[in-house]
Amino acid sequence: MTDMTDMTDSKSEIIRLTAAEIAAKIASGELTAVEVTEAHLARIEAVDEKVHAFLHVDREGALAQARAVDEKRASGEKLGPLAGVPLALKDIFTTMNMPTTVGSKILEGWVPPYDATLTKKLKDADVVILGKTNMDEFAMGSSTENSAYGPTGNPWDLTRIPGGSGGGSSASLASFEAPLAIGTDTGGSIRQPAAVTGTVGVKPTYGGVSRYGMVAFSSSLDQGGPCARTVLDAALLHEAIAGHDPMDSTSIDAPVPPVVEAARNGSVQGMRVGVVKQFRGEHYQAGVMQRFDESVELLKELGAQIVELDCPSFDLALSAYYLIAPSECSSNLARFDAMRYGLRVGDDGSKSAEDVTALTREAGFGDEVKRRIILGTYALSSGYYDAYYGSAQKVRTLITQDFEKAFEQVDVVVSPTTPTTAFPIGERADDPMAMYLADLCTIPTNLAGNAAMSLPCGLAPEDGLPVGLQIIAPAMKDDRLYRVGAAVEAAFVEKWGHPLLEEAPSL
Amino acid sequence: MPGITREEVAHLARLARLELKGEELDHFAGQLDDIIGAVARVSEVADQDVPPTSHPLPLTNVMRADEVRPSLTPEQALSGAPAQEQQRFKVPQILGED
Amino acid sequence: MTVTTDLASYEDALATYDPVMGLEVHVELGTKTKMFCGCSTELGADANSQTCPVCLGLPGSLPVVNAIGVESAVKIGLALHCEIAEWCRFARKNYFYPDMPKNFQTSQYDEPIAFNGYLDVQLEDGEVFRVEIERAHMEEDTGKSTHVGGATGRIHGASHSLLDYNRAGIPLIEIVTKPIEGAGQRAPEVAKAYVAELRELIKALGVSEARMEMGQMRCDVNLSLRPHGTETFGTRSETKNVNSLRSVERAARYEIQRHAAVLSSGGTIVQETRHFHEEDGSTTAGRIKDNAEDYRYFPEPDLVPVAPAREWVEELRKGLPELPRVRRNRLREEWGVSEHDMQSILNAGAVDLIAATIEEGADAASARKWWMGELARSANESGRALDELAITPSQVARVTALVAAGDLNDKLARQVIDGVLKGEGDPDTVVEKRGLKVVSDEGALTAAVDEAIAANAAIADKIRSGKVAAAGALVGAVMKATRGQADAARVKELILQKLGVEG
Ligand SMILES: [Mg+2]
Ligand SMILES: [Zn+2]
Repeated sequence: MTDMTDMTDSKSEIIRLTAAEIAAKIASGELTAVEVTEAHLARIEAVDEKVHAFLHVDREGALAQARAVDEKRASGEKLGPLAGVPLALKDIFTTMNMPTTVGSKILEGWVPPYDATLTKKLKDADVVILGKTNMDEFAMGSSTENSAYGPTGNPWDLTRIPGGSGGGSSASLASFEAPLAIGTDTGGSIRQPAAVTGTVGVKPTYGGVSRYGMVAFSSSLDQGGPCARTVLDAALLHEAIAGHDPMDSTSIDAPVPPVVEAARNGSVQGMRVGVVKQFRGEHYQAGVMQRFDESVELLKELGAQIVELDCPSFDLALSAYYLIAPSECSSNLARFDAMRYGLRVGDDGSKSAEDVTALTREAGFGDEVKRRIILGTYALSSGYYDAYYGSAQKVRTLITQDFEKAFEQVDVVVSPTTPTTAFPIGERADDPMAMYLADLCTIPTNLAGNAAMSLPCGLAPEDGLPVGLQIIAPAMKDDRLYRVGAAVEAAFVEKWGHPLLEEAPSL
Repeated sequence: MPGITREEVAHLARLARLELKGEELDHFAGQLDDIIGAVARVSEVADQDVPPTSHPLPLTNVMRADEVRPSLTPEQALSGAPAQEQQRFKVPQILGED
Repeated sequence: MTVTTDLASYEDALATYDPVMGLEVHVELGTKTKMFCGCSTELGADANSQTCPVCLGLPGSLPVVNAIGVESAVKIGLALHCEIAEWCRFARKNYFYPDMPKNFQTSQYDEPIAFNGYLDVQLEDGEVFRVEIERAHMEEDTGKSTHVGGATGRIHGASHSLLDYNRAGIPLIEIVTKPIEGAGQRAPEVAKAYVAELRELIKALGVSEARMEMGQMRCDVNLSLRPHGTETFGTRSETKNVNSLRSVERAARYEIQRHAAVLSSGGTIVQETRHFHEEDGSTTAGRIKDNAEDYRYFPEPDLVPVAPAREWVEELRKGLPELPRVRRNRLREEWGVSEHDMQSILNAGAVDLIAATIEEGADAASARKWWMGELARSANESGRALDELAITPSQVARVTALVAAGDLNDKLARQVIDGVLKGEGDPDTVVEKRGLKVVSDEGALTAAVDEAIAANAAIADKIRSGKVAAAGALVGAVMKATRGQADAARVKELILQKLGVEG
């Protein structure tokens, strides 16, 4: 028997373990999955009122999953590399045993009759799903302020945004509520939250992770991916969720790149690393650029060769993105019509289906969603299609060509992940254009469909908040992210003497 | 590039089935005008002879065999329905006929 | 509701105007599963029992293309002499309607899988008219709504509607003609012949049963008039869902007369959809098609492009069956029937049945006689299509064989067919059960002949004296005595033989 103090200590130790460490301890019998799950549930109970990372916590389900893992081990079954590790799932993936709201009122309380492919893969890997995390409504946003269920706080400073749209996932990691989380990245929604919370996030190559059961925002850009506190943990999760899915026509039918192996063998020795001149300028915070420049120096010290690159089309990326994503979303979100599922408003027996649909959409969607639906409807309408949607698709081609040229000269490209550190909640709420700038560096990758990672590279001197380093790799070369990321992470931890998150205030 | 008027926003809202309230129309019209003014830059490339990219991956011919897979049960299918009757989705009266 | 619409006489209309038609036909494919998901397409299932996240449009679901759907589209395209796209995409057609789960239809827009073809159709008098095909593209069907409350059970006055999505996502091929010009007064006939020919073609390809009465094939008739000698098309009306061959002809005719009346009185035609009414062959106004309608088509990002390999297309081309019109001309010659008769056979839906009956051993004349006579009558009475009758070509062939062997006469054969139709078994079983065999026992026949001669001495004498025609009466008597089961020719032979007269 342990006394209360010991228990608290051991629990606080558990929540600071990495996923790889937890899995190893469960496999060796040093910890049980139930102990690990209970520790994280206790942490959620203790701090989530302040952080608000979760929209739904599935206490019973998580414990049942954990018990099943412990039973498996007891019966001598071989456990998978993430068996028993708790995870926070972005509330955009369908789950049969939990509501799926996508951060919207229009889906409040909806319990899907099917599991997303990613949900199934997590269950098959014996990952313990703690619950569903908060997000900008329909993944539209860069701050999680657009959630219909209230904002999430950044564990580094609860008055600031945790990034978006996957702010719930990044905040759950930074507040030690979960060692692993899942995000989705349409314009930066995995990487940007990772950057501003001092965590690691990867947008895999488009088609690398199944989109089946991931509520669509912008089909040709959306990609699910891993969020973690370390590069290796992200790789382990990446491997668990990636791979071909016959239910997703845009899923790549090829072996998953060797991401775990790469994460275990970090090195940049002899690598050519590109720095794009377009990723710098008036919108960038000085401290962010300082940490970025230091990162480039570090890469040199580690044996990389730095190459200056010019990608002129990147200047049009943000504009193209804000035409393509709203266009696709205006169509993807048409299904929320109050007929088959979700919210229904105004059905008093006197109104037509058409009116009820319009009233429901008016009541059920938040401002940002409406703004994008209208913008997309405009961009696709006859007379404007060629100038807007058509041109945006051409820009997409140019960006892809710029990346192709770049990757003829370099193995990976690096940039700041975001132009600024976490801004205060409310600061950009009514200035959409200012908000959109948060995705300046992340968007080109979504448009081209290749892979990118964000990992912490220090705190900005002026505000003491985390800065993210973005690493970009060609499509299906996701392993390069991990090889470079692991090397950079190891060097930084050595330099700092500890992982960056240890500097975060205790909640 | 033309700006976006309040009337245009109202028309788009009708197309998108959004029952926007009066002040919302004004609010959105102003914001959308700004956004469109900013993103209209893309039309710089409208005349360039560049193929458009609709899909980020060069995949073609992804198909499945014509084999029956299990459906949902009607109970599952209807589980989220705001209203149901006779194992069907009950919806308000439909006006238009297409 | 009575709508009075002025109509010009057909002759007056054609005296002033040239009709221009466009026909859009939707064909439901006979695949086992839906176009974008694995749900069954089987008819008659419980409401909403053949649905899944994909065809219900649940959040997060994604479509995957049915390979047989694409193959069927290519086959149809090839049979219509179309070019097959080397590369094409699906597109979303965005509009809200409660029976359409995603509120967009996954269709094709400016990149159809097949385009630029033609279909030659033969008119009643044998003239061949070429209908140019604009395109054939793939898309999906919608669910079914039932309108509840309200007096007529129709959409008007209904208090609410009930939706069943079993049909949502069923593969459709939409086939669109180019403007059909130059048909003149024969435009309605051309329209009907085109749809009939297309139906035969679809059936021959085996991609759908194309039953119009079941909605498996539906036609929209677009029609406009222009004054003789002018080039510009007039404003068109779009008559939707005209679902029988006869209705296609009537709808075209009605619209010609209606347009002519409007135009001749100085009015203008409104571009609108129109509904066709089977009861009186009229059309009434539907939705106005103004410019507010904007489907905001864009390439479907959830599906990757379709790029039919040339080798595969050529393989499919090689595997195409003989085209129905070519086959019909061949069969017409083989069977020795006139153009007109062949047209009747086609209209009756009997071509395949007769051909199959001949394949089972019947001669052409008999096969045609039974299908176009007795069986057509029976189908007509029961209001069914010929191929829905409970008799197979092989059973009909068996009946003709029994007749040829002298085991049945025509009268008995009709009774046998009646028995088969009533489900009493195959022809031999019916003959057995009903005791319908021709009396061929010479002993019994001879006895009956002797009896008849004895009972009709005066007639017998007449015959002996050379009035062979009088034998008919004696034959009648023998047939009566054998309850019709004797072979009349043999009876006559026996009578003449007995009376020592040469036949
Ligand atoms: Mg269509
Ligand atoms: Zn389905």
